[in-house]
Amino acid sequence: MSAASSARENKSSASSTGGPLAAFRKVGKSFQNGVTALDGLDFTVRESEFLSLLGPSGCGKSTALRLIAGLAEPSEGDILWHGGAGPREIGFVFQEPTLMPWTTVAQNVRLPLRLKGIARRAAAPRVAEALALVGLGDFRDAYPRELSGGMKMRVSIARALVTRPRLLLMDEPFAALDEITRFKLNDDLRALWSTLQCTVVFVTHSVFESVYLSTRILMMTPRPGRIAAEFTIETPEPRDAHFRTSPEYGAECRKISAALARVMGED
Amino acid sequence: MATRPPANERAAPHAERRLRYLLPVLVFAAAVIGWDLVVRLGSIPPYILPGPSLVMQTLADDWGVLSASLMVTLKTTALALIAATVGGVLLAILFASSRLVELSLFPFAVILQVTPVIAIAPLLLVYLAPDTAVLVCAWIVAFFPILSNTALGLASVDHHLRDLFALYGAGRMKTLFLLGIPAALPFFLGGLRIAGGLALIGAVVAEIAAGSAGRGSGLAYRIVESGYRLNVPRMFAALLLISLAGIAIFAVLTLLQHLALRRWHESALAEEM
Ligand SMILES: Nc1ncnc2c1ncn2[C@@H]1O[C@H](COP(=O)(O)OP(=O)(O)OP(=O)(O)O)[C@@H](O)[C@H]1O
Ligand SMILES: [Mg+2]
Repeated sequence: MSAASSARENKSSASSTGGPLAAFRKVGKSFQNGVTALDGLDFTVRESEFLSLLGPSGCGKSTALRLIAGLAEPSEGDILWHGGAGPREIGFVFQEPTLMPWTTVAQNVRLPLRLKGIARRAAAPRVAEALALVGLGDFRDAYPRELSGGMKMRVSIARALVTRPRLLLMDEPFAALDEITRFKLNDDLRALWSTLQCTVVFVTHSVFESVYLSTRILMMTPRPGRIAAEFTIETPEPRDAHFRTSPEYGAECRKISAALARVMGED
Repeated sequence: MATRPPANERAAPHAERRLRYLLPVLVFAAAVIGWDLVVRLGSIPPYILPGPSLVMQTLADDWGVLSASLMVTLKTTALALIAATVGGVLLAILFASSRLVELSLFPFAVILQVTPVIAIAPLLLVYLAPDTAVLVCAWIVAFFPILSNTALGLASVDHHLRDLFALYGAGRMKTLFLLGIPAALPFFLGGLRIAGGLALIGAVVAEIAAGSAGRGSGLAYRIVESGYRLNVPRMFAALLLISLAGIAIFAVLTLLQHLALRRWHESALAEEM
């Protein structure tokens, strides 16, 4: 923890982010098989920020997301919601696209609205809008097996956005894609985030991806996961492809890689 | 930029497809011709081995009796299959929604499955009317593959999709109808295809067991009856009809599976190309 506090950067948050939305208070999570995935996890998600959770495999990142979404209960501590928000206003993108293969792209995107009891007629424009946002307006009647991996992931993002969530949770959504597709989707996700002004919590184990996307990065320790360090990426908006090759980007990546090496070396 | 495969590679699947139909037909024709030759050249009397032409002749002459029996057997099979589908699917849904029910009932489904139906049939004939006993036998053998396949399908739903349904607060019914049932459909259809053949076997076995009880009138009963009368050509004709019925059931269920899955399931992808 000494390295953690020394690495912590207490710069003021970027101008685009607001007050607290959800807060983990000393959250611990153990499973029945005796594995303690999280221990004393303490952080706050702020309104409108792009927050990355960066950490080694198995450190409890997915578990933390499931706790925010209310898909699992903390064993210790609390998750507090601010400003009337709650786990019902969440969109979730999993590591795999997890589409229903038996139905079309449009029906997949409509699913959250259908489950919330919104009539087909009221849902139709919102489905069209969500598909347009991810650039798949022409594929509404295609079946998932007819799409490429990147397109499936776009459908999955459209499905998460269709309810206009206040908080978008993404669990290594691009980890299984090739680099060209991943860069493209990174750019598109960044653009979506600026347009929609929603809050994103993005799980990744790629330093480069997290620096490119985030306004703030929380680095986690190996299991049991805690916050080891916090970084604010101050690069002005909008970020574009130039950022990826800028010296500034390289410097941030170097700094965070070094911090990650220290965190990994400690345990 | 070669998106089209070379010509010889594209031709190969077509040639193979043609062979897939041609070869069995050729083998079948050769067998029939061989059979005919053996009967003719060996001057084998019809009560030992009738030739193929005599079997066809008998089929035509006895069509009245045989077609009525065919209808009886087909009806038993169809009813058993429908009852097995309803029972198997409902029980599978019950298993999926309650671990307690599954633990208490599944062993009995297994016992029913592993006990040879031919051994159960005589007992059923003691307690039930012959027609009902035959139906119950066919049901018993058709039931298990539907139950076990559907239960497996319901249990193998993608857990992320389950999470998604939970996230949006879907109730049990919505989760069952929008997620569980579509996800289990390919498994169910696979089970149904097996069950179709088994239902016919169950019906035939039970008819044979019931045969001496007299009242049965299905195709298998005709075989037993013709055997007593040494009417071997008719035995062959009835056997031919049973085989054809089995092939037809398999074809219909395969078609059903194809139609239900061709739009989305991976198993149907190769056939479309
Ligand atoms: N349902 C569960 N039951 C038991 N143990 C679990 C369960 N879910 C997760 N774990 C354990 O908790 C730990 C953290 O898992 P988690 O999936 O949150 O890690 P992660 O950081 O997302 O890893 P990755 O980057 O590989 O996805 C792992 O050791 C895992 O084995
Ligand atoms: Mg994970």
